[in-house]
Amino acid sequence: MEFINSNLQLIYILVLAIFLGMEVIGKVPTVLHTPLMSGANAISGVCVIGAILLIRQSPPTDYLNLTLGAAGILLATINIVGGFAVTNRMLEMFKKKKK
Amino acid sequence: MVKTVTDILYLISIVGFLWGLKKLSSPISATRGNQYAMAGMGIGVLVATFAPLENSFNNYLWIIIPMILGSIIGYYSAIKVKMTAMPEMVSLFNGLGGACSMFIALVEFLKYPDNTSPATTQILTTSFASIIGSVSFTGSIIAWGKLNGSLRDSFKLPAPIFVNLALLIGLLGLTAYLMLQPTLNYTLVFLQVGLSLIYGITFVTPIGGGDMPVVISLLNSLTGVAAALAGLISKEISYIMVVGGILVGASGTILTILMCKAMNRSLLNVIIGGFGGNGNSISSRQGSVRETTPSDAAIMLKYAKKVIIVPGYGLAVAQAQHICHEIEEALTAEGVVVKYAIHPVAGRMPGHMNVLLAEADVSYDNLLELEDANKEFPTTDVVVVVGANDVVNPAAKEDKNSPIYGMPILDVELAQNIIVLKRSMSTGYAGIENPLFYGEKTKMLFGDAKSSLSKLLEEIANA
Repeated sequence: MEFINSNLQLIYILVLAIFLGMEVIGKVPTVLHTPLMSGANAISGVCVIGAILLIRQSPPTDYLNLTLGAAGILLATINIVGGFAVTNRMLEMFKKKKK
Repeated sequence: MVKTVTDILYLISIVGFLWGLKKLSSPISATRGNQYAMAGMGIGVLVATFAPLENSFNNYLWIIIPMILGSIIGYYSAIKVKMTAMPEMVSLFNGLGGACSMFIALVEFLKYPDNTSPATTQILTTSFASIIGSVSFTGSIIAWGKLNGSLRDSFKLPAPIFVNLALLIGLLGLTAYLMLQPTLNYTLVFLQVGLSLIYGITFVTPIGGGDMPVVISLLNSLTGVAAALAGLISKEISYIMVVGGILVGASGTILTILMCKAMNRSLLNVIIGGFGGNGNSISSRQGSVRETTPSDAAIMLKYAKKVIIVPGYGLAVAQAQHICHEIEEALTAEGVVVKYAIHPVAGRMPGHMNVLLAEADVSYDNLLELEDANKEFPTTDVVVVVGANDVVNPAAKEDKNSPIYGMPILDVELAQNIIVLKRSMSTGYAGIENPLFYGEKTKMLFGDAKSSLSKLLEEIANA
């Protein structure tokens, strides 16, 4: 109970986000499922923000944290840039056949 | 004040994600949608990097260098990848996102000074971010291996159900134990990550290659959830990570459900691995197979009014989508209406077949989804099945004992004539006989999909 009370705002956001996500994504047609997945995949790289904040707040001599954080940034950036680029490439193919 | 501005900027990023995903609902606006999502991400990353932050040392070198490297690697691989290789690419990228959440969770644990322990709820969320991130990391690597063919289905681990159950219970137990301890034990934290990484491997390995559309969707969803959890665990909750992660989780979940429905199987059944049946069901139809030649088939196609092409996994493997489009053009020039019927699980990830056909310049207006296609078959003169098998198997309708009974199929037998392009009489992924091949309306054209189609194209030009 106490947990719910102290995190009420967060719980609201979680519930609303889940509904919003289902609603928005449920409307995507089958034709676009692969770009949807790769685009969503790129968005999942949003965890890069967590890694950036961690590094900024780490003491400059804490090499273990810095290395782990930098590894996180490297992998997440590949995910983001690659994901968006590949989605764009696919969507361009759909676009050019508009007759 | 500064805090308010950063918060508003993060909110704009979130709106970018949402708006972007919304615009993905039509092929025309989708490119723009992707750009909105990209802009959202760009704003978020810039704010995280440069917004003033309390107690910060910045350490910009540790941020900028991996970022530049990651961008180069990501961009280069995205430009290079072949469209047929898209599923393994997405799978690999997905794993990297999971790994990032895993690293964040680890650092979050390591930040606690010796001989103290975070609050129990904190341990719970951090543990789950770490476990889910790790599982999606190694799981995606295995899926990548299966999709690019370097890891065969014949590679099996002993007693997968038992091992997976044991690992799952072990991980939950370990998390509970960590929560109860007065001081955080780092050895156990690393043990948790190690076990999760192993679990990711043992979780995906038993799942068959043909079930990969389900698995990629599921892993995608897990990565999203891991990112959302990673956003929860920092001292100051990162709403952009929470909402972004949940959006991905939602999209992955929806696609997982859709893929399972398209195969009429439960998620549990897919995870346990392999079709339950072992091909014992006896087909009600037996008899001889009628074979046709490219020239006969060409004449049949040329004098048809309406032709529907059913592409399957075999078309993707043979890279025959371009020739398929050339045949479509040749027939259209003769006044034949040509359409494509696409089963939801055709290809190796959700919507994969659509992308392959788009690459070959097939207009998306000519692509029919399952239900629409079934409505059009009765008025269709010729159906050409290219490299598809289980998705057109009438046993799914007729034979109650068949392992695929109840799976929605493309009911090609409603059409006047069916030409099946196939390498041999071998069974499809489900390992069962396909009575369609013995049907009275069916003619078989044996050979590699690409060479059969090229011969067909030649004959259409000559006939």
